[in-house]
Amino acid sequence: MPAKNPRSPRRKEIPAANVIVPRVTAKRFLGHGLPGEDVHKLAGKLIVVEGADGSGRSTQISQLVRWLEGAGHATLQVGLKRSTLVREELEQAQQGNILSRTTLSLFYATDFADQLENAILPALRAGFIVLADRYIYTLMARDLVRGVDPAWLRNLYGIALVPDAVFYLDVAPAHLVQRVFAKSPALDYWESGMDLGLSRDLFDSFLKYQALMREAFRQLQRDYGFHIVDGERDPVAVSDELKEKIAAVLVGK
Amino acid sequence: MTKTFSELGFPGRLIAVEGLDGSGKSTQVHLLLKWLEQQGCRVFFSEWNSSALVKSATSKGKKQNLLTPTTFSLIHATDFADRYERQLVPLLRAGYVVLCDRYIFTAFARDVVRGCPPDWVRGLYSFAALPDLTFFFRADLEVSLARILDNRPVLKHHEAGMDMNLSSDPYESFRIFQGRIFEQYLAMSTEFRFTIMDANQRIEEQQGLVRKLVSARIDLKRFAANKPR
Repeated sequence: MPAKNPRSPRRKEIPAANVIVPRVTAKRFLGHGLPGEDVHKLAGKLIVVEGADGSGRSTQISQLVRWLEGAGHATLQVGLKRSTLVREELEQAQQGNILSRTTLSLFYATDFADQLENAILPALRAGFIVLADRYIYTLMARDLVRGVDPAWLRNLYGIALVPDAVFYLDVAPAHLVQRVFAKSPALDYWESGMDLGLSRDLFDSFLKYQALMREAFRQLQRDYGFHIVDGERDPVAVSDELKEKIAAVLVGK
Repeated sequence: MTKTFSELGFPGRLIAVEGLDGSGKSTQVHLLLKWLEQQGCRVFFSEWNSSALVKSATSKGKKQNLLTPTTFSLIHATDFADRYERQLVPLLRAGYVVLCDRYIFTAFARDVVRGCPPDWVRGLYSFAALPDLTFFFRADLEVSLARILDNRPVLKHHEAGMDMNLSSDPYESFRIFQGRIFEQYLAMSTEFRFTIMDANQRIEEQQGLVRKLVSARIDLKRFAANKPR
Protein backbone atom coordinates (compact mmCIF):
# COMPACT_ATOMS: atom_id res chain seq x y z
CA MET A 1 0.00 0.00 0.00
CA PRO A 2 1.54 3.32 -1.00
CA ALA A 3 2.24 5.87 1.73
CA LYS A 4 -0.56 8.36 1.97
CA ASN A 5 -0.05 11.97 1.19
CA PRO A 6 -0.36 13.68 4.58
CA ARG A 7 -2.38 16.43 2.90
CA SER A 8 -4.97 14.02 1.54
CA PRO A 9 -8.62 14.98 2.07
CA ARG A 10 -9.22 11.90 4.32
CA ARG A 11 -6.83 13.25 6.95
CA LYS A 12 -8.54 16.60 7.01
CA GLU A 13 -11.73 15.09 8.39
CA ILE A 14 -10.41 14.84 11.94
CA PRO A 15 -7.99 17.70 12.43
CA ALA A 16 -6.48 17.93 15.93
CA ALA A 17 -7.76 21.48 16.31
CA ASN A 18 -11.29 20.08 16.50
CA VAL A 19 -10.98 19.68 20.25
CA ILE A 20 -12.02 23.01 21.67
CA VAL A 21 -10.41 24.12 24.91
CA PRO A 22 -13.16 25.67 27.06
CA ARG A 23 -12.57 29.26 28.02
CA VAL A 24 -11.95 29.80 31.71
CA THR A 25 -14.57 32.17 33.08
CA ALA A 26 -14.85 33.67 36.57
CA LYS A 27 -16.63 31.46 39.08
CA ARG A 28 -18.16 32.41 42.39
CA PHE A 29 -19.92 31.00 45.39
CA LEU A 30 -23.59 31.66 45.96
CA GLY A 31 -22.84 33.22 49.35
CA HIS A 32 -20.16 32.92 52.01
CA GLY A 33 -18.52 29.99 50.25
CA LEU A 34 -16.10 27.49 51.72
CA PRO A 35 -13.38 28.64 54.13
CA GLY A 36 -10.02 29.17 52.43
CA GLU A 37 -11.28 28.15 48.97
CA ASP A 38 -10.58 30.38 45.99
CA VAL A 39 -12.82 29.35 43.12
CA HIS A 40 -12.32 32.35 40.91
CA LYS A 41 -10.17 30.59 38.31
CA LEU A 42 -11.43 27.00 38.18
CA ALA A 43 -10.69 25.51 34.77
CA GLY A 44 -13.66 23.13 34.48
CA LYS A 45 -17.35 23.77 33.99
CA LEU A 46 -20.28 22.84 36.20
CA ILE A 47 -23.47 21.92 34.36
CA VAL A 48 -26.60 21.11 36.38
CA VAL A 49 -29.69 19.23 35.22
CA GLU A 50 -32.70 19.51 37.52
CA GLY A 51 -36.14 17.97 37.20
CA ALA A 52 -38.49 15.43 38.76
CA ASP A 53 -37.96 11.67 38.47
CA GLY A 54 -39.30 10.82 35.03
CA SER A 55 -38.46 14.21 33.53
CA GLY A 56 -35.69 12.64 31.45
CA ARG A 57 -32.71 13.77 33.53
CA SER A 58 -30.72 10.56 33.31
CA THR A 59 -31.37 10.12 29.59
CA GLN A 60 -30.24 13.66 28.90
CA ILE A 61 -27.16 13.39 31.09
CA SER A 62 -25.98 10.19 29.41
CA GLN A 63 -26.48 11.88 26.02
CA LEU A 64 -24.45 14.86 27.19
CA VAL A 65 -21.65 12.63 28.47
CA ARG A 66 -21.42 10.87 25.07
CA TRP A 67 -21.42 14.17 23.25
CA LEU A 68 -18.88 15.89 25.53
CA GLU A 69 -16.50 12.94 25.64
CA GLY A 70 -16.79 12.61 21.89
CA ALA A 71 -15.72 16.23 21.65
CA GLY A 72 -12.66 15.51 23.82
CA HIS A 73 -13.84 16.76 27.23
CA ALA A 74 -13.35 14.75 30.41
CA THR A 75 -16.56 14.48 32.41
CA LEU A 76 -17.62 13.59 35.92
CA GLN A 77 -21.16 12.80 36.97
CA VAL A 78 -22.35 13.72 40.46
CA GLY A 79 -25.76 13.61 42.09
CA LEU A 80 -27.57 13.77 45.38
CA LYS A 81 -27.16 11.27 48.21
CA ARG A 82 -23.84 9.96 46.90
CA SER A 83 -21.39 11.19 49.58
CA THR A 84 -19.12 8.86 51.51
CA LEU A 85 -19.98 10.73 54.68
CA VAL A 86 -23.77 10.38 54.97
CA ARG A 87 -25.14 8.44 51.95
CA GLU A 88 -25.99 5.27 53.89
CA GLU A 89 -27.61 7.15 56.73
CA LEU A 90 -29.71 9.25 54.35
CA GLU A 91 -30.92 6.12 52.61
CA GLN A 92 -31.92 4.62 55.94
CA ALA A 93 -33.67 7.84 56.92
CA GLN A 94 -35.77 7.55 53.76
CA GLN A 95 -36.92 4.07 54.73
CA GLY A 96 -38.72 5.42 57.79
CA ASN A 97 -39.89 8.98 58.27
CA ILE A 98 -37.88 9.46 61.45
CA LEU A 99 -35.98 12.72 61.05
CA SER A 100 -37.78 16.00 61.36
CA ARG A 101 -37.71 18.76 58.77
CA THR A 102 -34.72 20.90 59.74
CA THR A 103 -32.69 17.82 60.62
CA LEU A 104 -33.28 16.17 57.26
CA SER A 105 -32.59 19.42 55.47
CA LEU A 106 -29.22 19.82 57.21
CA PHE A 107 -28.42 16.15 56.63
CA TYR A 108 -28.88 16.63 52.87
CA ALA A 109 -26.78 19.80 53.02
CA THR A 110 -24.01 17.78 54.69
CA ASP A 111 -24.18 15.23 51.87
CA PHE A 112 -24.00 18.06 49.33
CA ALA A 113 -21.06 19.79 51.04
CA ASP A 114 -19.11 16.52 51.22
CA GLN A 115 -19.52 15.95 47.49
CA LEU A 116 -18.80 19.58 46.66
CA GLU A 117 -15.49 19.48 48.53
CA ASN A 118 -14.43 15.97 47.62
CA ALA A 119 -15.73 15.44 44.09
CA ILE A 120 -16.99 18.59 42.37
CA LEU A 121 -14.22 21.06 43.24
CA PRO A 122 -11.30 18.66 42.67
CA ALA A 123 -12.73 17.75 39.23
CA LEU A 124 -13.25 21.39 38.30
CA ARG A 125 -9.67 22.19 39.35
CA ALA A 126 -8.51 19.39 37.07
CA GLY A 127 -10.51 20.90 34.19
CA PHE A 128 -13.40 18.39 34.02
CA ILE A 129 -16.89 19.15 32.82
CA VAL A 130 -18.95 18.18 35.87
CA LEU A 131 -22.51 17.08 35.16
CA ALA A 132 -24.72 17.26 38.23
CA ASP A 133 -27.81 15.06 38.21
CA ARG A 134 -29.67 17.52 40.50
CA TYR A 135 -28.03 20.14 42.69
CA ILE A 136 -29.01 22.53 45.47
CA TYR A 137 -32.14 23.71 43.65
CA THR A 138 -33.91 20.35 44.10
CA LEU A 139 -32.91 20.36 47.76
CA MET A 140 -34.22 23.90 48.15
CA ALA A 141 -37.47 23.19 46.27
CA ARG A 142 -38.20 20.17 48.49
CA ASP A 143 -37.67 22.30 51.58
CA LEU A 144 -39.64 25.25 50.24
CA VAL A 145 -42.76 23.14 49.69
CA ARG A 146 -42.34 21.94 53.27
CA GLY A 147 -42.39 25.49 54.61
CA VAL A 148 -38.67 26.11 55.23
CA ASP A 149 -37.65 29.80 55.27
CA PRO A 150 -36.12 30.80 51.87
CA ALA A 151 -33.61 33.13 53.58
CA TRP A 152 -32.41 30.29 55.80
CA LEU A 153 -31.90 28.11 52.70
CA ARG A 154 -30.04 30.87 50.87
CA ASN A 155 -27.60 31.17 53.77
CA LEU A 156 -27.23 27.39 54.14
CA TYR A 157 -26.41 26.93 50.45
CA GLY A 158 -24.13 29.98 50.39
CA ILE A 159 -21.40 27.29 50.39
CA ALA A 160 -22.45 26.18 46.88
CA LEU A 161 -20.60 27.04 43.72
CA VAL A 162 -22.76 28.91 41.20
CA PRO A 163 -22.98 26.53 38.19
CA ASP A 164 -22.01 27.59 34.66
CA ALA A 165 -25.44 26.45 33.48
CA VAL A 166 -28.58 25.09 35.16
CA PHE A 167 -31.36 23.38 33.20
CA TYR A 168 -34.70 22.54 34.74
CA LEU A 169 -36.53 19.89 32.71
CA ASP A 170 -40.11 21.04 33.02
CA VAL A 171 -42.82 18.37 32.70
CA ALA A 172 -46.44 18.88 33.79
CA PRO A 173 -47.47 16.51 36.64
CA ALA A 174 -50.15 14.78 34.55
CA HIS A 175 -47.56 14.00 31.88
CA LEU A 176 -44.93 13.08 34.48
CA VAL A 177 -47.11 10.45 36.10
CA GLN A 178 -47.41 8.67 32.75
CA ARG A 179 -43.63 8.67 32.31
CA VAL A 180 -43.11 7.31 35.83
CA PHE A 181 -45.49 4.42 35.15
CA ALA A 182 -43.75 3.73 31.86
CA LYS A 183 -40.61 2.73 33.79
CA SER A 184 -41.75 1.63 37.25
CA PRO A 185 -44.87 -0.09 38.53
CA ALA A 186 -45.45 2.13 41.56
CA LEU A 187 -45.22 5.74 42.69
CA ASP A 188 -42.46 6.58 45.17
CA TYR A 189 -43.48 7.73 48.67
CA TRP A 190 -41.16 10.77 48.71
CA GLU A 191 -41.64 11.76 45.06
CA SER A 192 -45.35 11.78 45.86
CA GLY A 193 -44.77 14.02 48.90
CA MET A 194 -46.70 11.63 51.13
CA ASP A 195 -44.99 13.10 54.23
CA LEU A 196 -46.87 16.36 53.57
CA GLY A 197 -50.31 14.87 54.07
CA LEU A 198 -51.70 16.47 50.90
CA SER A 199 -53.90 13.46 50.28
CA ARG A 200 -54.14 9.91 51.56
CA ASP A 201 -54.45 8.80 47.95
CA LEU A 202 -50.96 8.24 46.49
CA PHE A 203 -51.91 9.21 42.93
CA ASP A 204 -53.67 12.36 44.06
CA SER A 205 -50.80 13.27 46.37
CA PHE A 206 -48.26 12.78 43.56
CA LEU A 207 -50.09 15.24 41.29
CA LYS A 208 -50.48 17.83 44.06
CA TYR A 209 -46.91 17.48 45.27
CA GLN A 210 -45.38 17.68 41.79
CA ALA A 211 -47.46 20.79 41.08
CA LEU A 212 -46.03 22.38 44.26
CA MET A 213 -42.50 21.37 43.26
CA ARG A 214 -42.98 22.88 39.82
CA GLU A 215 -44.15 26.14 41.41
CA ALA A 216 -41.15 26.09 43.79
CA PHE A 217 -38.80 25.69 40.80
CA ARG A 218 -40.42 28.69 39.10
CA GLN A 219 -39.84 30.72 42.25
CA LEU A 220 -36.21 29.53 42.39
CA GLN A 221 -35.78 30.40 38.72
CA ARG A 222 -36.84 33.97 39.52
CA ASP A 223 -34.45 34.14 42.51
CA TYR A 224 -31.41 32.34 41.10
CA GLY A 225 -31.87 32.43 37.34
CA PHE A 226 -31.67 29.25 35.24
CA HIS A 227 -32.99 27.75 32.01
CA ILE A 228 -36.45 26.21 32.12
CA VAL A 229 -36.45 23.60 29.36
CA ASP A 230 -39.67 22.14 27.98
CA GLY A 231 -39.11 18.50 28.91
CA GLU A 232 -42.30 17.22 27.27
CA ARG A 233 -40.77 17.33 23.81
CA ASP A 234 -38.97 14.54 21.99
CA PRO A 235 -35.71 13.67 23.88
CA VAL A 236 -33.64 14.57 20.79
CA ALA A 237 -35.13 18.06 20.66
CA VAL A 238 -34.40 18.53 24.37
CA SER A 239 -30.87 17.24 23.91
CA ASP A 240 -30.26 19.61 20.98
CA GLU A 241 -31.33 22.56 23.07
CA LEU A 242 -29.04 21.53 25.97
CA LYS A 243 -26.08 20.99 23.63
CA GLU A 244 -26.55 24.36 21.99
CA LYS A 245 -26.59 26.16 25.34
CA ILE A 246 -23.66 24.15 26.72
CA ALA A 247 -21.63 24.82 23.58
CA ALA A 248 -22.07 28.54 24.30
CA VAL A 249 -20.89 27.99 27.90
CA LEU A 250 -17.77 26.19 26.69
CA VAL A 251 -16.67 29.13 24.54
CA GLY A 252 -17.22 31.44 27.49
CA LYS A 253 -20.52 33.03 26.53
CA MET B 1 -33.61 33.66 65.78
CA THR B 2 -33.00 36.58 68.10
CA LYS B 3 -35.74 35.73 70.57
CA THR B 4 -35.74 33.61 73.69
CA PHE B 5 -38.25 30.83 74.37
CA SER B 6 -40.01 33.14 76.82
CA GLU B 7 -40.23 35.92 74.22
CA LEU B 8 -41.69 33.42 71.74
CA GLY B 9 -44.44 32.52 74.19
CA PHE B 10 -43.22 29.02 75.10
CA PRO B 11 -44.48 27.97 78.54
CA GLY B 12 -41.11 26.30 79.31
CA ARG B 13 -37.75 27.93 80.01
CA LEU B 14 -34.29 26.94 78.78
CA ILE B 15 -31.16 27.46 80.83
CA ALA B 16 -27.84 26.86 79.07
CA VAL B 17 -24.35 26.58 80.50
CA GLU B 18 -21.35 27.32 78.32
CA GLY B 19 -17.61 27.40 78.92
CA LEU B 20 -14.40 25.57 78.11
CA ASP B 21 -13.83 21.94 78.99
CA GLY B 22 -12.55 22.02 82.56
CA SER B 23 -14.39 25.22 83.50
CA GLY B 24 -16.59 23.31 85.95
CA LYS B 25 -19.83 24.03 84.07
CA SER B 26 -21.03 20.41 84.11
CA THR B 27 -20.60 20.25 87.89
CA GLN B 28 -22.60 23.45 88.28
CA VAL B 29 -25.45 22.36 86.02
CA HIS B 30 -25.62 19.02 87.84
CA LEU B 31 -25.97 20.80 91.19
CA LEU B 32 -28.59 23.15 89.75
CA LEU B 33 -30.58 20.14 88.51
CA LYS B 34 -30.49 18.48 91.93
CA TRP B 35 -31.72 21.67 93.59
CA LEU B 36 -34.56 22.20 91.10
CA GLU B 37 -35.63 18.57 91.47
CA GLN B 38 -35.68 18.93 95.26
CA GLN B 39 -37.82 22.06 94.86
CA GLY B 40 -40.37 19.87 93.08
CA CYS B 41 -39.79 21.64 89.80
CA ARG B 42 -40.72 20.15 86.41
CA VAL B 43 -37.12 20.08 85.19
CA PHE B 44 -35.34 18.10 82.53
CA PHE B 45 -31.62 17.83 81.91
CA SER B 46 -30.94 17.44 78.20
CA GLU B 47 -28.49 14.60 77.82
CA TRP B 48 -28.00 15.33 74.13
CA ASN B 49 -28.86 11.83 72.96
CA SER B 50 -28.61 11.90 69.19
CA SER B 51 -30.60 9.73 66.83
CA ALA B 52 -28.77 6.59 65.77
CA LEU B 53 -28.54 7.77 62.16
CA VAL B 54 -27.00 11.14 62.89
CA LYS B 55 -24.67 9.61 65.44
CA SER B 56 -23.51 6.99 62.95
CA ALA B 57 -22.62 9.62 60.33
CA THR B 58 -20.86 11.84 62.86
CA SER B 59 -18.72 9.09 64.32
CA LYS B 60 -17.85 7.75 60.87
CA GLY B 61 -16.80 11.25 59.79
CA LYS B 62 -14.63 11.70 62.85
CA LYS B 63 -13.07 8.24 62.88
CA GLN B 64 -12.19 8.26 59.20
CA ASN B 65 -11.18 11.92 59.23
CA LEU B 66 -13.64 12.74 56.47
CA LEU B 67 -14.62 16.09 57.91
CA THR B 68 -13.64 19.55 56.72
CA PRO B 69 -14.61 22.69 58.68
CA THR B 70 -17.79 22.96 56.58
CA THR B 71 -18.95 19.36 56.90
CA PHE B 72 -17.91 19.32 60.58
CA SER B 73 -20.14 22.33 61.12
CA LEU B 74 -23.04 20.91 59.07
CA ILE B 75 -23.06 17.48 60.67
CA HIS B 76 -23.07 19.03 64.14
CA ALA B 77 -25.87 21.38 63.09
CA THR B 78 -27.80 18.30 61.87
CA ASP B 79 -27.23 16.64 65.21
CA PHE B 80 -28.34 19.76 67.09
CA ALA B 81 -31.46 20.15 64.90
CA ASP B 82 -32.38 16.54 65.60
CA ARG B 83 -32.17 17.03 69.36
CA TYR B 84 -33.83 20.43 69.16
CA GLU B 85 -36.84 19.21 67.19
CA ARG B 86 -37.23 15.84 68.89
CA GLN B 87 -36.44 16.73 72.48
CA LEU B 88 -36.10 20.40 73.38
CA VAL B 89 -39.09 21.89 71.58
CA PRO B 90 -41.61 19.30 72.86
CA LEU B 91 -40.36 19.71 76.46
CA LEU B 92 -40.50 23.49 76.24
CA ARG B 93 -43.96 23.33 74.74
CA ALA B 94 -44.98 21.09 77.63
CA GLY B 95 -43.77 23.69 80.12
CA TYR B 96 -40.54 22.22 81.47
CA VAL B 97 -37.44 23.98 82.73
CA VAL B 98 -34.79 22.49 80.47
CA LEU B 99 -31.12 22.55 81.39
CA CYS B 100 -28.57 22.26 78.58
CA ASP B 101 -24.89 21.53 79.05
CA ARG B 102 -23.78 23.54 75.98
CA TYR B 103 -26.06 25.09 73.38
CA ILE B 104 -25.60 26.85 70.02
CA PHE B 105 -22.79 29.06 71.36
CA THR B 106 -20.46 26.06 71.52
CA ALA B 107 -20.92 25.66 67.75
CA PHE B 108 -20.55 29.38 67.12
CA ALA B 109 -17.20 29.43 68.93
CA ARG B 110 -15.85 26.12 67.62
CA ASP B 111 -16.86 26.49 63.96
CA VAL B 112 -15.60 30.08 63.70
CA VAL B 113 -12.24 29.01 65.15
CA ARG B 114 -12.16 26.34 62.41
CA GLY B 115 -12.59 29.08 59.81
CA CYS B 116 -16.31 29.06 58.98
CA PRO B 117 -17.79 32.53 58.38
CA PRO B 118 -19.54 33.70 61.60
CA ASP B 119 -22.67 34.89 59.76
CA TRP B 120 -23.04 31.59 57.95
CA VAL B 121 -22.79 29.56 61.17
CA ARG B 122 -25.28 31.82 62.94
CA GLY B 123 -27.63 31.53 59.99
CA LEU B 124 -27.48 27.71 60.17
CA TYR B 125 -28.68 27.79 63.76
CA SER B 126 -31.23 30.56 63.27
CA PHE B 127 -34.08 28.04 63.58
CA ALA B 128 -33.20 27.71 67.28
CA ALA B 129 -34.56 30.13 69.91
CA LEU B 130 -32.13 31.69 72.37
CA PRO B 131 -31.91 30.41 75.96
CA ASP B 132 -33.82 32.33 78.60
CA LEU B 133 -30.66 32.32 80.70
CA THR B 134 -27.09 31.52 79.61
CA PHE B 135 -24.33 31.05 82.15
CA PHE B 136 -20.80 31.39 80.86
CA PHE B 137 -18.30 29.82 83.24
CA ARG B 138 -15.21 31.88 82.85
CA ALA B 139 -12.16 30.27 84.43
CA ASP B 140 -8.58 31.32 83.73
CA LEU B 141 -7.47 29.50 80.60
CA GLU B 142 -4.56 27.89 82.46
CA VAL B 143 -6.90 26.57 85.16
CA SER B 144 -9.24 24.96 82.61
CA LEU B 145 -6.33 23.51 80.65
CA ALA B 146 -4.72 22.11 83.80
CA ARG B 147 -7.98 20.41 84.87
CA ILE B 148 -8.12 18.56 81.57
CA LEU B 149 -4.45 18.03 80.76
CA ASP B 150 -3.13 17.12 84.23
CA ASN B 151 -4.66 13.66 83.86
CA ARG B 152 -2.83 13.27 80.52
CA PRO B 153 -6.03 12.14 78.78
CA VAL B 154 -6.06 10.64 75.32
CA LEU B 155 -7.33 13.60 73.32
CA LYS B 156 -9.44 12.82 70.29
CA HIS B 157 -8.31 14.26 66.95
CA HIS B 158 -11.01 16.94 66.64
CA GLU B 159 -11.22 17.58 70.37
CA ALA B 160 -7.57 18.61 70.31
CA GLY B 161 -8.13 20.69 67.17
CA MET B 162 -5.58 18.52 65.35
CA ASP B 163 -7.46 19.08 62.07
CA MET B 164 -6.30 22.70 62.05
CA ASN B 165 -2.56 21.94 62.01
CA LEU B 166 -1.91 24.21 64.98
CA SER B 167 0.81 21.93 66.34
CA SER B 168 1.92 18.34 65.82
CA ASP B 169 1.71 17.83 69.60
CA PRO B 170 -1.91 17.09 70.59
CA TYR B 171 -1.51 18.78 73.99
CA GLU B 172 -0.03 21.94 72.50
CA SER B 173 -2.70 21.90 69.78
CA PHE B 174 -5.42 21.58 72.45
CA ARG B 175 -3.99 24.59 74.36
CA ILE B 176 -3.99 26.82 71.28
CA PHE B 177 -7.44 25.62 70.18
CA GLN B 178 -9.01 26.17 73.61
CA GLY B 179 -7.40 29.61 73.81
CA ARG B 180 -9.06 30.60 70.56
CA ILE B 181 -12.44 29.22 71.64
CA PHE B 182 -12.11 31.20 74.86
CA GLU B 183 -11.62 34.40 72.84
CA GLN B 184 -14.75 33.63 70.78
CA TYR B 185 -16.82 33.12 73.93
CA LEU B 186 -15.67 36.46 75.31
CA ALA B 187 -16.45 38.20 72.03
CA MET B 188 -20.02 36.79 72.09
CA SER B 189 -20.76 37.43 75.74
CA THR B 190 -22.32 40.89 75.38
CA GLU B 191 -24.24 40.16 72.17
CA PHE B 192 -25.94 37.10 73.66
CA ARG B 193 -26.26 38.51 77.18
CA PHE B 194 -24.23 35.78 78.86
CA THR B 195 -24.33 35.79 82.64
CA ILE B 196 -20.60 35.56 83.30
CA MET B 197 -19.66 33.39 86.27
CA ASP B 198 -16.27 33.59 87.93
CA ALA B 199 -15.34 29.93 87.60
CA ASN B 200 -12.18 30.41 89.68
CA GLN B 201 -14.37 30.70 92.79
CA ARG B 202 -15.24 27.81 95.09
CA ILE B 203 -17.90 25.40 93.79
CA GLU B 204 -20.35 26.32 96.59
CA GLU B 205 -19.92 30.05 96.05
CA GLN B 206 -20.70 29.66 92.37
CA GLN B 207 -23.68 27.37 92.99
CA GLY B 208 -25.13 29.80 95.55
CA LEU B 209 -25.01 32.55 92.94
CA VAL B 210 -26.40 30.30 90.17
CA ARG B 211 -29.42 29.38 92.32
CA LYS B 212 -30.02 33.03 93.25
CA LEU B 213 -29.88 34.14 89.63
CA VAL B 214 -32.17 31.34 88.46
CA SER B 215 -34.81 32.19 91.09
CA ALA B 216 -34.57 35.87 90.22
CA ARG B 217 -34.95 35.33 86.48
CA ILE B 218 -37.42 32.45 86.38
CA ASP B 219 -40.67 32.25 88.32
CA LEU B 220 -40.04 28.76 89.67
CA LYS B 221 -43.45 28.51 91.34
CA ARG B 222 -44.97 28.25 87.87
CA PHE B 223 -43.00 25.05 87.28
CA ALA B 224 -44.08 23.17 90.38
CA ALA B 225 -44.69 19.54 89.37
CA ASN B 226 -47.93 19.19 91.33
CA LYS B 227 -49.43 22.35 89.90
CA PRO B 228 -51.90 21.83 87.04
CA ARG B 229 -50.63 23.33 83.81
